[in-house]
Amino acid sequence: MSKHTQKPQSAFDKELLQGALLESLKKLDPRQLWRNPVMLCVEMASLITLFTFGMSLSGANKEPAWFTGAVSAWLWLTVIFSTFAEALAEGRGKARAASLRSSRTNVTAKRLEKPEFTSAVTTVGAGQLRKGDCILVEAGEMIAGDGDVVAGAALVNESAVTGESAPVIRESGGDRSAVTGGTTVIANSIIVRITANPGETFLDRMIGLIEGAKRRKTPNEVALEVLLIALTVVFLLVCANIAPLSIYSVKAAGQGTPVTLTILTALFVCLAPTTIAALLPAIGIAGMDRLFQKNVIALSGRAIEAAGDVNVLLLDKTGTITHGNREAVAFVPLGGHSEQELAEAALMASLADETPEGRSVVTLAKQKYGLTRETPKDAEVVEFSAETRLSGINLAGNQYRKGASDSTIAFVKGLGATSIPPELADLVDRIARAGATPLVVSRDKEIMGVINLKDIVKAGIQERFLQLRSMGIKTVMITGDNPLTAAAIAAEAQVDDFLAQAKPEEKLRLIKEYQEQGYMVAMTGDGTNDAPALAQADVAVAMNTGTQPAREAANIIDLDSNPTKLLDIVEVGKQILMTRGNLTTFSISNDIAKYFAIIPAALLSIYPQLGVLNLMGLTSPYSAILSAVIFNAIIIPLLVPLALKGTKFRAMPAEKLLIHNLLIYGLGGIIVPFVGIKAIDMVIGTML
Amino acid sequence: MSQSMGELLQILIIFVVLLALVKPLGSFMASVYLGKFTFLAPLENLLYRICGVQQDEEMGWQRYAASMLFFNLVMFVSLFALLLLQHLLPLNPQKLPPFNWQLTLNTAISFTTNTNWQNYSGEQAASYLTQMAGFGLHNFASAATGMAIVIALIRGFSRRKSSAIGNFWVDLTRGTLYILLPISIVAALLLVSQGVIQNFSPYKTVPLLQASQGRDRLELESVTIPMGPVASQEAIKELGTNGGGFFNANSSHPFENPTPLSNCLEILLILLIPVSLTYTFGYMVGNTRQGWMLLSVMLFLLFVSFALLQWAEVVGNPLVTRLGVVGANMEGKELRFGISGSSLFSVATTATSCGAVNSMHDSLTPLGGLIPLSLILLGEIVFGGVGSGLYTMLAFAIIAVFVSGLMIGRTPEYLGKKIEVKEIWMSIITILTAGVVVLILSGLAMITPSAVASMANPGAHGLSEVLYAFASMANNNGSAFAGLNANVPFYNLLGALAMTIGRYIPALAVLAMAGFLAEKKCIPPSLGTLPTDKLPFALWLALVILIVGALTFFPALALGPIVEHLSMQ
Repeated sequence: MSKHTQKPQSAFDKELLQGALLESLKKLDPRQLWRNPVMLCVEMASLITLFTFGMSLSGANKEPAWFTGAVSAWLWLTVIFSTFAEALAEGRGKARAASLRSSRTNVTAKRLEKPEFTSAVTTVGAGQLRKGDCILVEAGEMIAGDGDVVAGAALVNESAVTGESAPVIRESGGDRSAVTGGTTVIANSIIVRITANPGETFLDRMIGLIEGAKRRKTPNEVALEVLLIALTVVFLLVCANIAPLSIYSVKAAGQGTPVTLTILTALFVCLAPTTIAALLPAIGIAGMDRLFQKNVIALSGRAIEAAGDVNVLLLDKTGTITHGNREAVAFVPLGGHSEQELAEAALMASLADETPEGRSVVTLAKQKYGLTRETPKDAEVVEFSAETRLSGINLAGNQYRKGASDSTIAFVKGLGATSIPPELADLVDRIARAGATPLVVSRDKEIMGVINLKDIVKAGIQERFLQLRSMGIKTVMITGDNPLTAAAIAAEAQVDDFLAQAKPEEKLRLIKEYQEQGYMVAMTGDGTNDAPALAQADVAVAMNTGTQPAREAANIIDLDSNPTKLLDIVEVGKQILMTRGNLTTFSISNDIAKYFAIIPAALLSIYPQLGVLNLMGLTSPYSAILSAVIFNAIIIPLLVPLALKGTKFRAMPAEKLLIHNLLIYGLGGIIVPFVGIKAIDMVIGTML
Repeated sequence: MSQSMGELLQILIIFVVLLALVKPLGSFMASVYLGKFTFLAPLENLLYRICGVQQDEEMGWQRYAASMLFFNLVMFVSLFALLLLQHLLPLNPQKLPPFNWQLTLNTAISFTTNTNWQNYSGEQAASYLTQMAGFGLHNFASAATGMAIVIALIRGFSRRKSSAIGNFWVDLTRGTLYILLPISIVAALLLVSQGVIQNFSPYKTVPLLQASQGRDRLELESVTIPMGPVASQEAIKELGTNGGGFFNANSSHPFENPTPLSNCLEILLILLIPVSLTYTFGYMVGNTRQGWMLLSVMLFLLFVSFALLQWAEVVGNPLVTRLGVVGANMEGKELRFGISGSSLFSVATTATSCGAVNSMHDSLTPLGGLIPLSLILLGEIVFGGVGSGLYTMLAFAIIAVFVSGLMIGRTPEYLGKKIEVKEIWMSIITILTAGVVVLILSGLAMITPSAVASMANPGAHGLSEVLYAFASMANNNGSAFAGLNANVPFYNLLGALAMTIGRYIPALAVLAMAGFLAEKKCIPPSLGTLPTDKLPFALWLALVILIVGALTFFPALALGPIVEHLSMQ
């Protein structure tokens, strides 16, 4: 399968960088910047230093103009670096949105009076379609809006939305009736009832989300921002407090000058949590974008964060834990027949069976017993039916059948069989108990033996569950199988719990139960009957192949329709939160070194004794202050890659993870600026 | 036994007794507030009937807060009136005049807010009635108020999907009746046994054994010795972390704190309830390890502070040493308490928001003085005031949980409760209010000539005095770096403002948070939950407290105690 997703974009693609640079300047507009109050404060601070720079030039300020000018320039750069980070994160999404948008320009639709193929047709623009309208879409045409197929079946290319070039079947009724605007019908004609007004379609929502236009701050982001703003206010007051204290100290000491406005402003910007505030928007946007690259669309940032918190995962057995198709793994003969005989009978009974199970029987017969057969022309095919629950063929007077134990027994008895092998019941039971499915094979009125069909658990899934468990996430397998089968597979896959013979209402009840106990529940689903459970779950992932109700009930859509994605989503959710937390700790820890750079420098003229606080041995007061300001600014672009990629995810218990991250970002946050400021000072010192 | 061995033994005894009492007293207090202890039920019910309190009625946080504010307003008005009218009322053998209105305002707020900052001299300004019915009563009321608030917050953690956080009147009554009163009575008797006085006699004038010269060069032949009902007030002054001395000299006065044993007892009383409340907390939220964790963080900060203060004082003043006087810094200390007895008292009284003193903090070495000042500036969370210390500490824990929760990739939770925007707001208000007040008012003082004129020691030391004054008032501590004449309109009025904001803004934020938390469901812990009862989180919490404190006050401290210390080298 080929993917035509956007060409892989490195964070520093040249075109992207240029666009981001331009955008970052536009974002300096206070009307845009107010969404990031901390950076707005920094912009105000930059304005103040611009003013003191002007005063230096005119001679009204005694500080040298090169100093006030340099401080001002670097403060402006601090703001620009921050808007640049945000613009860069948005830029990647925008490129993708542009390609999406181009895919559905100027679409026209054939509106039908009635949902019938023979009904009269009016040609209208896509923009004129309203909910409830019915349109005819023929081969080669683009579907003009989201809707449900109400008549017909067609092959649809959904690559515009999913990036998946293999076409899919969309047909009326059932779980495959939903179509998305912007996708193209390749073969046949369908009638689609429109379910979304223009501007509200899936594609529209997607574009909005990717562009960041509709992006709303998540509750957790707001909480962190409150903390950052509070710290900023405190640091503002700390700096304001230094002014009167230094004025008094000058009088008391009889020497020196009060700390100047330029230095106070510089100190304020250095202390304010600019590093995290600058990167905060980028972290969220980049997280969504990372999910997007995995072909997952989160309909809200909140859903991704909730994914980081999930402690119960409801996983459909089929497709997530097992490959989905049961495969024949053994033939067990009965009643004195040999394995070879049974294999032949089973092969005959499965020749016309196009289901994956049937084909796996053919494969096994070929691989293990060297049997190959084409379906003979004169064979009479007996299709599986709900009444008989058997399938097979009639060939040359022989009737080959396979089916569930009770229906096969009923069939052979119907043909006049007098005795059933006594071991059959035991054997069937044993196979079922082991989590497999027994299929009984008969030739005429004889029971030949049993095919052991097994659900194959995906390779490596156990390790994945082990990881989840170590992170405190409980996995629950949902299956329609009977409890015996379910228990066996649950044990093999090592899930924590399972729900057998699951009906939609039972899924809903299970989710509610877990939520009542305080758990956060994630689940995947695709069918219409999953919709209530999806709506109830905290994190609900709908498959893109799913029905419209399922997609509407979900808050995350997986374009690849791959249920294992849930695990990736949890990871990205955690990464976003971790990146925020780590950079906050880093940002605050940095302040210690900045104090030791700026405070002695600022107060040296009043109290020369404070020189001992100059732990880094910085060259001169001006150089010390400038070095701190420069460090504070350039740490932002240096951390942009980290913000975009997210801190590395590690599956380990909470306590270990905390110690690990505290050592890197807490302790590192204390040490790094000491080294960085000293290094910058050594460079500047030589220039002064 | 040598002097230092004796001092060491005293410290050891204090902490052994203290830690032995944590569990029994802590669980007793929990039982009292849970309504399991009712041995005074007839008296309790009588009080409820008189006041018209429906004992079983639960309150939402707004009503709880409104009741608390109403009660405090009544208490404030009653003390305000008493101070203005004391010359008309009985039990005033010295015929003391009324307080002036600014001092009245400052003092009434000071005692209502559990600060007990004193811009007056007890023996020269307050009648016995004022001392007992005014200050003494308020010592009980303000302490019980603080305890009620923290209990409401604890209920917020322990309750699930509840709209109520208890009944303020019941909490207030039970705290006073079952906890504060019984311990105070026992403690007062023990203090009397050590020689603390308890009488209503007029002040005694006794002839001096040897005539001496006073400040005004007049011959002094006699001296007036103030009397009063001291012991009863001394007990609750320490127990309720109030700290307002009966005499101006506070606990360094021989009638308040006569012996090393009484000194140990008073230190014990200061620490007793705030320390035991950590166990009450753990008990009520169903995990006593959580309480022990908070206590270990507090004890860690206390021991570090004590060690630093002790070291600074033992090393002494280098300027004095250079003059040939070798030894520890004994200026401002009582010989009967020695360095350790004074240092531990200073640390205990500023770690909690007590504010009683048995030595003069103004006379500590600069680095020594930095310790009590820092303990106050950290936000009174190392034990802190009864109730208020624990709720401020819990606010810190919430902030620490928030950041560390993010660091492990979870939207944070504490004790099973999700920490969201509202809780962050309330925690921040609780933690930062006092600091913000200190920064603004100390800055204002330094450029107000009348405020600067109050300093007895201009320069870096004067700056420390002003910083200490506002830190003490805003954090409701009440101890003073003496040397600052604070009985002037500037300090009386702005001090009253600082005390009011410092007490009630955090209290309201805490009650609101209690309400928000009570409404939430409880999330069961898993491997992915950060354990908040283990060492890594304890260290992180201590670090958060120290970093927030250091970042807020480093510049001011650099211009005060730090530069003063450097200048002496």
